[in-house]
Amino acid sequence: MNKARSNPFNAIAMHGALIAYTLIALFPVFVILINSFKTRKKIFREPLALPDAESFSLVGYQTVLKQGDFFLYFQNSFIVTVGSLFFILLFGAMAAYALSEYRFKGNMLMGLYLALGIMIPIRIGTVAILEMMVQTGLVNTLWALILVYTAQGLPLAVFILSEFMRQVSEDLKNAGRIDGLSEYTIFFRLVLPLVRPAMATVAVFNMIPIWNDLWFPLILAPAEEVKTLTLGSQVFIGQFVTDWNAVLSALSMAILPVLILYVIFSRQLIRGLTSGAVK
Amino acid sequence: MDRPRFRWHIVVFLAPAVLVYTAVMIFPLFNTLRLALFSKIDQERVFVGLENFQRLFLDPIWSEQFWNALGNNFWFFVVHMLVQNPIGIALAAVLSHPRLRFAALYRSAIFIPTILSFVIVGFAWKLILSPIWGIAPSMLDAVGLKSLFAPWLGKEEYALTTLALISVWQYVGIPMMLIYAALLTIPEEVLEAGEIDGVTGASAFWKIKLPLILPSIGIISILTFVGNFNAFDLIYSVQGALAGPDFSTDILGTFMYRTFFGFQLQLGDPHMGSAIASAMFAIILVGVCIYLFGIQTRMRRYQL
Repeated sequence: MNKARSNPFNAIAMHGALIAYTLIALFPVFVILINSFKTRKKIFREPLALPDAESFSLVGYQTVLKQGDFFLYFQNSFIVTVGSLFFILLFGAMAAYALSEYRFKGNMLMGLYLALGIMIPIRIGTVAILEMMVQTGLVNTLWALILVYTAQGLPLAVFILSEFMRQVSEDLKNAGRIDGLSEYTIFFRLVLPLVRPAMATVAVFNMIPIWNDLWFPLILAPAEEVKTLTLGSQVFIGQFVTDWNAVLSALSMAILPVLILYVIFSRQLIRGLTSGAVK
Repeated sequence: MDRPRFRWHIVVFLAPAVLVYTAVMIFPLFNTLRLALFSKIDQERVFVGLENFQRLFLDPIWSEQFWNALGNNFWFFVVHMLVQNPIGIALAAVLSHPRLRFAALYRSAIFIPTILSFVIVGFAWKLILSPIWGIAPSMLDAVGLKSLFAPWLGKEEYALTTLALISVWQYVGIPMMLIYAALLTIPEEVLEAGEIDGVTGASAFWKIKLPLILPSIGIISILTFVGNFNAFDLIYSVQGALAGPDFSTDILGTFMYRTFFGFQLQLGDPHMGSAIASAMFAIILVGVCIYLFGIQTRMRRYQL
């Protein structure tokens, strides 16, 4: 290669800049995690020291587990996220298949109609959504959240999945038709398995915003037994502002599940973001 | 049979998505716009036309808050455009260097804040910037800049900018990833052709790469715009629904929440809330239209 691109000074400068920014990005998370394991005194006296035998303490976690119902919150978040993803993927894939496979009157128009929601945030309709959920008795149920997140996720899912479904070989589907398979069997047995990577991308894109959302849990499902983890930690921290051990532990407990999900799915997420699926 | 059979399976495939999307997203959206034209008088819903908007824009009690929130929201957006997107582009430019080692590691680490919820990010920064705990002052002290410290989140003149920068810190990963992806699609031959003409290093970035990734920069700008104009979570978790100190961090999202849901002594008013939501809808629509018709169609796309 030529000289200009492999200058050692450039390489050092680039690594320096990246390391500096990585430190900025990780520092707050690091500080929260290490201090959650320390005694109150040490939190204040040496906030940047790692916990050692002397300063190690789990008192914050004990308070959190005693006072807050974090397992319930976690379970609620889990149900809402998995439920929404299931419906987004199933309904989204079905609609994407109809739009990409069949020619019918109004196909274009239907595609545009479904794409509207990519740019318009669903939060604008909150007042009417709440009114509707109150009327149908869904307020303070996990279903309210699942429905909202499904509606919110569908436009982009249909858009991405129909791009991918256009690439599925025509011959394969026609072979299925000649063998007498119904359109439903062709979709579920032949097409769905082939677009699995695209489905994974859609799932990862939707997972994090749903898990992290505060707005809809706050408005549609604030009751204790349906609180999500995000709302639960918000309320808990608000009440325990002065108990630093508890606040730091609650934050750490809210960070961990997302961090684990990220470690598992980061490849998929980054591949999805960089494969041009969002363009 | 003359006509082909009606293809029911198309309906079956489309119905669930269209039903959920229409019922939970499109219908409430228009219903909110409609509710903005009503008001509650003596427990009855009465049609009042544009009166709510008149109050919102002209009545001093409302308009002062509205223009304050709108102005703050613009500043929030400006900070994102001036700080988040340039940093994101710079990081992507460095990361996409062909010979860089550990690129995947840096990329994953820098993206971590983006996956955290605003609640976590908000409280984490609140603790770090807190004058009680003293992490921020003692770190500034270590580099001899202690005099610069101020309780940034508690001062009216700094609070909004501080919050915007926290949000930038969190979301820099998104422009970084999108630009990184765009930079990877630039073919090697184009860059080599530039090299032969003596265009390398920084000038290759400004003269060759940047023009090629302009469409992606357009996409991040509109995503930032839409995201900022319905932001809420960060301000709410750090400053509460009153968006203190003294409403200096109030943006449209928190203003709408307070108005429609009620807060402390203020009673909730869904109709005024709808009016604010309609104003947000109009702003976002204008932004998206400017992007779609004014920017995207004029942008030159190069066939690579």
